[in-house]
Amino acid sequence: MPTNVVQIVVFAILTLMTLGGGLGVVSSRNLFHGALFLVLSFAGVVGYYVLLDAGFLAAVQLLIYIGAIAILILFAIMLSRGLMSQRQSQRNEQWWIALLVVVLTFVVLAVVLWQVDWPVASDQALASPSVAISQLGQELLGPYVIPFEVASVLLLVALVGAVILARETET
Amino acid sequence: MPIDYLPILVFFVVAGLFGVIALTVPALLGPHRPSSTKLETYESGKIPYGDAWRKVPVHYFKVSMLFILFDLEVIFFYPWAVLFRRLKLFGLIEMGVFILILLVGYIYVWKKGALEWE
Amino acid sequence: MDAIVLWLTSLFPQMAVPTARLIVHIVYAAILSFVAPVVLVVAFTYMERKVIARIQDRVGPNRAGPLGMLQGFADAIKMLTKEDITPAGADRIVYNLAPGLAVIGVVLVFAVLPVAPGVIGTDLSIGILYVVAVGGIGTMAVLMAGWSSNNKYALLSAFRVVAQLVAYEIPMVIAIIIVVLTAGSMRMGDIIAAQNVPFLFTLPVAFFIFFVANIAEIGRSPFDLLEAESEIIAGFHVEYSGMKFAFFFIGEYMHLFVSAGIATTLFLGGWRGPGASEASILGALLGFVYFLAKTVLLIFAMMWVRGTFPRFRIDHLLDFGWKFLVPVGLLTLVAVALVLKLPFLSSPVLQWVGLLVANVAVIVVALAAVSLAARRTRSVALRSVAGAER
Repeated sequence: MPTNVVQIVVFAILTLMTLGGGLGVVSSRNLFHGALFLVLSFAGVVGYYVLLDAGFLAAVQLLIYIGAIAILILFAIMLSRGLMSQRQSQRNEQWWIALLVVVLTFVVLAVVLWQVDWPVASDQALASPSVAISQLGQELLGPYVIPFEVASVLLLVALVGAVILARETET
Repeated sequence: MPIDYLPILVFFVVAGLFGVIALTVPALLGPHRPSSTKLETYESGKIPYGDAWRKVPVHYFKVSMLFILFDLEVIFFYPWAVLFRRLKLFGLIEMGVFILILLVGYIYVWKKGALEWE
Repeated sequence: MDAIVLWLTSLFPQMAVPTARLIVHIVYAAILSFVAPVVLVVAFTYMERKVIARIQDRVGPNRAGPLGMLQGFADAIKMLTKEDITPAGADRIVYNLAPGLAVIGVVLVFAVLPVAPGVIGTDLSIGILYVVAVGGIGTMAVLMAGWSSNNKYALLSAFRVVAQLVAYEIPMVIAIIIVVLTAGSMRMGDIIAAQNVPFLFTLPVAFFIFFVANIAEIGRSPFDLLEAESEIIAGFHVEYSGMKFAFFFIGEYMHLFVSAGIATTLFLGGWRGPGASEASILGALLGFVYFLAKTVLLIFAMMWVRGTFPRFRIDHLLDFGWKFLVPVGLLTLVAVALVLKLPFLSSPVLQWVGLLVANVAVIVVALAAVSLAARRTRSVALRSVAGAER
């Protein structure tokens, strides 16, 4: 079996998962189900990373998005009274603002997709996969060391913010 | 290579198959005589009131928030750890700064009492 | 694995190598997801009952078969023929999905577990990180089971589980990073190859953290307050019956085995031992025996812990994770990184000694800090008691 065909089939399945999951998020009336659809969507993205030969990112996506963020979202849903049991109305009075934002975002993304000349890695670069992770480390600790350290500061700020937020909800 | 991950897909499919078979066969094998009492949820013999889907304490949310942040920080260690043997002293210093910032956050969280349960 | 692929292609000359490899993978996956659950659960429930019984000065199962060895099979048959109940008001789809997901999450870890020289599903370059990441699926399954059961106790238990898993994942990840740092790779094969001296002896603190965090991740005693019978009936799976209940059970015991296996790989040198090699079938078999022996030894240690320690309270549990294991882990990480970069520890032997010394130093510091903290809380408590009396 030619690898190309397999890759396209897998890609199609993953796209179905990701987009279907996304559709499920917005269309399900039960918020918990919505969150689970989101997990499905995340899982599709894990698959994309694997297809792109970005194993480290795939694992991180699985670890952070499914193992942590999805759980946080589920907790957040269960935290808010009334969101759990009743089937939620899917509309509120701000729907037109949301629509506006969504359309604008879509336009921006579409323009970017059309305009940018996406670089494609050569076959040689793809041939040696084992260097990927150490390359990532080299880049992170070499030319991108400032963003790397800034990321840790950003996380620190988020940490402080989380603590303060959680305090306020308690009192 | 993506092909390295093929066995994982195989595992997923085969394990899923096991799940489907092992869950459907006994369901057909066992007796099936539901009654309204049997289908009630078990809450230590008390008659259950309402459904279970109610508000949860905020602690859980707090703990999982801290988890995400620490998890993210810790993830950054992996590329560094793999590379470590080939790094010069500078790599150690870079990570030292990173750990220091992480430590500041950790001490802040501890001192603010966010690690306490109650 | 490669040897079997070679053998298959020589047996059927018209077969292409990728096809042969795929077949081998499917068979291997089938063995691990169809046979392993049954064998592991029957063997380890029996072992656990016997061990715990001995610790508690009882005999344990002794009716079904010689020495009660068939007890596990009897239980399995019972589970198979039980009525399958879905409680009223439960969320059917999620309720039925959760047990399957719980088992899949564990079986997926088997894919990167090196059980014998050359026998591994796939030796990923991110091997050990993959193990941690896949753990998230199990967490998801627990939350789904607890939520969909429409039972207040189940939901409460699911929350406890997740809080616990989450609190102990950080120390576990730190312990793994220490190993990755020393081995210089996340690939399982490389980690085993780096252990000329098992990491247990050079990185005892990392092993301790990993071992404890692992027990907590499986949710075994003393970290079993997710199924504290006296508080929340039976845990997140109260409402499950028959085979669906058995699935959580299977998941737990397979998790026990696989995490002991991972600990073996990371700290006890995996399948390494005198005579074990990839070159011959005998060597591979010997490697498998070593792997199994080490893993069973670790499982025995976990059972021993279960039989000996009382259950944690949730605040103590979270404190132990966040305030003891995390700082000790970070301290060890820094110490190990420093030792590895010390210029005068150039020979491997010196480096091992250096690592051991660093670990012992960390233990001393940690114990000193704990005893200091304990003394302080004790004096505070004494003062408040004295104040109350006055």
